[in-house]
Amino acid sequence: MSEKIEIKKLNLFYGDFHALIDVNLGIPEKRVTSIIGPSGCGKSTLLRCLNRMNDLVEGVRVTGSIKIDNIEVCSPNTDLISLRQKVGMVFQRPNPFPLSIFENVVYGLRISGTNKRSVLEEVAEKSLSEVLLFDDLKDKLSDPALGLTLEQQQKLCIARVIAMRPEVILLDEPCSTLDPIATLKIEDLMQILKKDYSLVIVTHNMQQAARASDTTCYMLLGEMIECGETKDIFTAPKDKRTEDYISGRFG
Amino acid sequence: MIHQNSLFDTELGELKETVLKMGILVQSLIQKSVDSLKNQDPKLAQNVIDDDKKVDQLELDIDEKCINLIALREPKATDLRFITMAMRIGTDLERIGDLAEDIAERTIELGNQPLVKPLIDLPKMAQLAQEAIALALDAFVTLNVEKARLIWAKEKEMDQLRDKVQEELEEIMAKDASTVKRALPLLLTARHLERICDHATNIAEDIIYVVEARVVKHQGKS
Repeated sequence: MSEKIEIKKLNLFYGDFHALIDVNLGIPEKRVTSIIGPSGCGKSTLLRCLNRMNDLVEGVRVTGSIKIDNIEVCSPNTDLISLRQKVGMVFQRPNPFPLSIFENVVYGLRISGTNKRSVLEEVAEKSLSEVLLFDDLKDKLSDPALGLTLEQQQKLCIARVIAMRPEVILLDEPCSTLDPIATLKIEDLMQILKKDYSLVIVTHNMQQAARASDTTCYMLLGEMIECGETKDIFTAPKDKRTEDYISGRFG
Repeated sequence: MIHQNSLFDTELGELKETVLKMGILVQSLIQKSVDSLKNQDPKLAQNVIDDDKKVDQLELDIDEKCINLIALREPKATDLRFITMAMRIGTDLERIGDLAEDIAERTIELGNQPLVKPLIDLPKMAQLAQEAIALALDAFVTLNVEKARLIWAKEKEMDQLRDKVQEELEEIMAKDASTVKRALPLLLTARHLERICDHATNIAEDIIYVVEARVVKHQGKS
């Protein structure tokens, strides 16, 4: 199994606060990797390091290395636009723009300069098909995206990411506002998407990590405690701290 | 460490208690079944047959508790291994109860016909079987793999005794064919006791899995 992302001795400081401590991690290609851990353990911070979203936070300082396909992400020379094109992100709350469904999907292409209608239509159809929305919405592409259900909105946000042809998709608690059925549908979608993309998901829902991911990583107080095959982590974790957390004996 | 949901720990404790209760009951059935044979006491044998129904009910109770825990508590890691192994241990204990019942049925078959030989090794085998189960229960309650491993030595000793009893009975039957009908129940009893010890060994393997997350079943003992 080849590694898409290689993280070595990654440290992150928010001012004086040491949020990530010597994190080492290999994220496999075309698999779902989940990061679990209690609130404040650094899992979202780690996720945001992968496409340099933390650069937007004042006073943040990062040391160490993150390589995607052997290309350093942390370098000051990294082109952030092409990085975020390659590493797309889906957030907790579905955040469609107040535009039509069609314009939401092609938004990234438009701002990167693609305006040819036939190209945009082709990409919109392909992206919406990949997230299993096209059949339902093909006659409503001009309708406002905000009129969709939450599940459809979140799928639309994934389609918007996919339209940019990323290689990695980061999902930060993507189902936290969804009901259980919509959650399962997004998880099913992740299983389809992993054939073409490497997915990294941060979740508080351990059952979701168990159901939807191939690899699970446990973080605690900024440290990466254990990372392994999901079935091993949930049946026979090696570290006592992982065992305590996943079996509800934390704190 | 205490579970965040304290009810979960209480329910795990109740499951453990039920397995223990079932284990103590089957231990007493083994003793009574062999006593019934030794003393040719059909009343005691019938008592064993009746009590096996209690064992069956306890197996159902354990299954129900385990299924509820899995469905409602979504156990992980050691908890998950403990609950799934408790189900398997329940099945092994139920089979042990059935084997004690089988021995009681041999007593009834024999009736008051004279025994073909004094029963010396069969009570020893019954003692060994009970010791193996006692070790298994102790290991289960304390999750102590060292105690679990001691059962394998009992199993070896049991196999040797079974071979000895089998040889003696075969010799008796070879010398006088008229003893076959009376010797066979004893031969079967030796087989039943040996099987009881095999089930205790299964329990030991399950305990090792609970504690070490390592499968030793079908892989030679280590």
